[in-house]
Amino acid sequence: MQKTLVVVGNGMVGHRLVAAVRERDRAGEWRVVVFGEEARPAYDRVALTSYVDDWDAGRLALAEHDRDVEVRLGDPVVSIDRAACTVTSASGAVLGYDALVLATGSYPFVPPVPGHDLPGCHVYRTIDDLDGIRDYASRIRRGRRAALVVGGGLLGLEAAKALRDLGLSPHVVELAPWLMPLQVDAGGGALLRRLITDLDVTVHAGTGTKAIERDGERLVAKLGNGTELDVDLVVFAAGVRPRDSLAAAAGLALGERGGVVVDSACRTDDPHVWAVGECACVGGRVHGLVAPGYAMAEVVADRLLGGTATFAEADTATKLKLLGVDVASFGDAHARAEGALEVVLNDAVSGSYKKLVLSDDASTLLGGVLVGDASAYAALRPLVGRPVPVDPVGLLAGAEPAGTLPADAQVCSCHAVTRAAVDGAIAEGCADVPALKACTKAGTGCGSCVPMLKRLLGEAGVVQSKALCEHFTQSRVELFEIVRTTGVRTFSDLVARHGTGRGCDVCKPAVASMLASTGGGHVLDGEQAALQDTNDHFLANLQRNGTYSVVPRIPGGEITPHRLMVIAQVAQDYGLYTKITGGQRIDLFGARVEDLPAIWRRLVDAGFESGHAYGKALRTVKSCVGSTWCRYGVQDSVRMAIELELRYRGLRSPHKIKAGVSGCARECAEARGKDFGVIATEHGWNLYVAGNGGFTPRHAQLLVSDVDSATLVRLIDRFLMFYVRTADRLQRTSAWLESLDGGLDHLREVIVDDTLGVCADLEAAMARHVESYSDEWRGVLDDPDKLARFTSFVNAPGAPDPTVTFREERGQRVPVLLGVPEVVG
Amino acid sequence: MTVVCALSDLLPDRGAAALLPSGEQVALFRTGAGEVFALSNIDPFSRAAVLSRGIVGDLDGVPVVASPMHKQHFDLRTGTCVEDRAVSVRVYRVRVEAGQVVVAA
Ligand code: SRM
Ligand SMILES: Cc1cc2nc3c(=O)[nH]c(=O)nc-3n(C[C@H](O)[C@H](O)[C@H](O)COP(=O)(O)OP(=O)(O)OC[C@H]3O[C@@H](n4cnc5c(N)ncnc54)[C@H](O)[C@@H]3O)c2cc1C
Ligand code: SF4
Ligand code: FES
Repeated sequence: MQKTLVVVGNGMVGHRLVAAVRERDRAGEWRVVVFGEEARPAYDRVALTSYVDDWDAGRLALAEHDRDVEVRLGDPVVSIDRAACTVTSASGAVLGYDALVLATGSYPFVPPVPGHDLPGCHVYRTIDDLDGIRDYASRIRRGRRAALVVGGGLLGLEAAKALRDLGLSPHVVELAPWLMPLQVDAGGGALLRRLITDLDVTVHAGTGTKAIERDGERLVAKLGNGTELDVDLVVFAAGVRPRDSLAAAAGLALGERGGVVVDSACRTDDPHVWAVGECACVGGRVHGLVAPGYAMAEVVADRLLGGTATFAEADTATKLKLLGVDVASFGDAHARAEGALEVVLNDAVSGSYKKLVLSDDASTLLGGVLVGDASAYAALRPLVGRPVPVDPVGLLAGAEPAGTLPADAQVCSCHAVTRAAVDGAIAEGCADVPALKACTKAGTGCGSCVPMLKRLLGEAGVVQSKALCEHFTQSRVELFEIVRTTGVRTFSDLVARHGTGRGCDVCKPAVASMLASTGGGHVLDGEQAALQDTNDHFLANLQRNGTYSVVPRIPGGEITPHRLMVIAQVAQDYGLYTKITGGQRIDLFGARVEDLPAIWRRLVDAGFESGHAYGKALRTVKSCVGSTWCRYGVQDSVRMAIELELRYRGLRSPHKIKAGVSGCARECAEARGKDFGVIATEHGWNLYVAGNGGFTPRHAQLLVSDVDSATLVRLIDRFLMFYVRTADRLQRTSAWLESLDGGLDHLREVIVDDTLGVCADLEAAMARHVESYSDEWRGVLDDPDKLARFTSFVNAPGAPDPTVTFREERGQRVPVLLGVPEVVG
Repeated sequence: MTVVCALSDLLPDRGAAALLPSGEQVALFRTGAGEVFALSNIDPFSRAAVLSRGIVGDLDGVPVVASPMHKQHFDLRTGTCVEDRAVSVRVYRVRVEAGQVVVAA
């Protein structure tokens, strides 16, 4: 008979437990029922703060279980009857269990200061908490808006980031003398304070919050050191406490500082009841991180299916990017071991603090702290408890210790993946990070081990070649730099000097694109013509029967009736199938190659120009109708879309670029599905970058908010040029951003804060593009040599291709299909 | 023997289509190295008459054209498809005489 497993709590660890049971339980031994207090599906609480980026709860959702798992959302368990082996839920359901797993997590600790329960006081744990904070913040009237965060640990700094992103000025109050006292030492804390203060967060360390009082619409917070802060809202982030009251009421033992006491199998003293995650007290400790919780989930899943796994020691290493500041700590970060030695590299100029803790004889790495630059984290963390491979200072300065990483060292602590497992997967053919993720799960949690995965791939000699193709060992990025800096202007020159052979259909169009985006004149000039893919070669898109499509540019989707008539007339005269595209313009299909010039002559004469539907270039800037007509519009989205489309038209890039502009947050232009998307606000524009439709849809992410038009254009200039220069061939902006080390924060540093000092150059390059733009089709019509290429046959230039025939469908001409492949033996 | 065009009508590393008296279409290619090849213009995978519009280059030293439709490569000397050796396109004998391109057909 099937046994029933009841899981109380649908948080991160409860979710993981169920996934682990389902994975192991091939025979269907267990019926699984989950009770969740929160009304929404399980989500990634670790990433909670990123909810503020787009308020899209769906993006945080964890993978859904198969349909056999019964999940009862919004129905908490209110009591357990251990004698009868049943649970009772708030809705009154009573359910029997063979095994009961408590995964109730923690609740936020709110210090009992007077006024802690006034309206405007919040906690920071769930999506609902964030929705509440947002609602409250949106009701604050205009003026300077400030918030107080009680607690300067990990959680408090996360909350400060969220508040800052909401447009409030955060104050953080921390009782300890420095921020993140659990993870970093005094030296790291000092630097952290400086870096955080630079980001407009005011830090009050070494003092507590004595009282909160209401003052009209606002709150006044009184600190222990006498400071009085005038704020709009307060967030308590002063730690968490295990949610153990359900267990206590059922008579289960609790730890000294709370938590359901379990043994190393995560079982309570009732053999049918287990506890995992933040609510469990194992080995006398409760754990406030997700990795130990996941390890407990795996242990219980194993036990429920007859295994003998035990919970070993927990890895409390953490790496975070708080407000864009790297913070990492691992092992014995506070040098608590007897006689421990510390090696510190404190670089006030570059803003980095790095400390290693070594055993008394300096032979073994015990732990460390990294602030400001945590790039060494992935390499150092797995070495904890192991011999120090090289001179410790070298290690801090970035020497590569991976070669000495032992087989049983944990590379990924989120999923407990050892080096041996990664090496094994590589040996079985995983040739890149995505493959390793799919096969070992390493890198799919917090992501901080990804640099190590890359390094292990490199060491195994299978690192994906960056070579563009067999003719160039360089990557696209490297070739672009060569083209840009050496002034090589032809493919033959480039391949002779920097490559081998004669080129192919991969490198030729790629180089053609680089020549074009570094100011190469017309794409069909001289030798360049031979490099182009057929679409670029005929400035039209090849169709399945060998004919082409014609797409004139219709900026922002705005078109006069007169121009519509011109298109209609041309389509009629040449028998072209006509369709409104998904990009707010009109596509004319079925044009014979030899008719393209005459068709375009008519279009160009009527004021149309190439829409670059054929090129890896800007396609369209979609727009909604905006404030001119729409009763909700707050800015003129059509004008902005047209301005942007005209600015970036013709820009050759690694892949196509699409954009959108919406006149208000209703987002009718779907701007967030685009490579760059602009959404009007009452104060200006929000700029989102790196969205995608297509194979892997992704929402664009907020880069800056409320900027004026000039700033907006400047930032898009930089964004696009940086993309053009540094992306791989055929890499859309979304994939490019995902591959950038440091992701969106890094991008923001480079193109908003100009940390690399390249922005002036990027803007100048875009200015040159705008300056030198001319319509490619007009360029062809004006040049007899180029026109001469638009023939069907070299010996019969006007003769139509006899294989092309049409039939009629819904009143228009469509191609007659050419049948099955012809194979000539 | 059909004279189809002048050698100078063909651009280096690019193809052109020619219509034979039989109604067949050939794709003529002049490589950067100066050789001239002629294949059937019909892409055997899509059956569209487009091979002449593909990009010319080399793979492992073998001169090839990439079909513009779905990018399979064909050996310009033998017509064999690099990705699927069971498939090939017809090869025409071709030579250059007094600056004229002559196809045997
Ligand atoms: C005509 C159109 C469909 C339509 O009738 O609506 C279309 C047609 C083609 N799309 Fe598209 N796409 C069209 C809108 C879209 C959209 C919607 C949009 O732009 O708002 C998308 C999803 C949005 C996106 O790109 O993020 C879209 C995602 C794709 C993709 C997948 C891209 C990806 O990143 O996954 C491809 C394949 C590729 O580019 O590699 C593609 C490729 C193509 C090609 C070029 C395939 C080809 O190589 O022959 C089609 C030929 C167009 C032609 O012959 O003129 N098309 N395509 C649309 C032209 C829009 C325009 O005015 O320029
Ligand atoms: C902003 C933030 C940032 C964080 N960052 C990190 C980080 O970088 N690294 C890291 O390791 N950890 C981080 N954490 C901690 C991490 O989220 C937790 O360790 C993890 O979520 C614990 O999982 P859990 O399942 O034990 O608890 P939870 O995820 O809290 O889930 C418990 C669930 O049980 C439900 N529940 C409680 N009682 C009942 C009941 N009686 N019946 C039904 N359901 C019930 C709760 O509503 C909740 O949904 C962060 C936490 C926050 C809030
Ligand atoms: S996005 Fe806003 S302004 Fe634009 S059409 Fe929709 S509702 Fe109107
Ligand atoms: S360590 Fe977090 S994903 Fe690997």
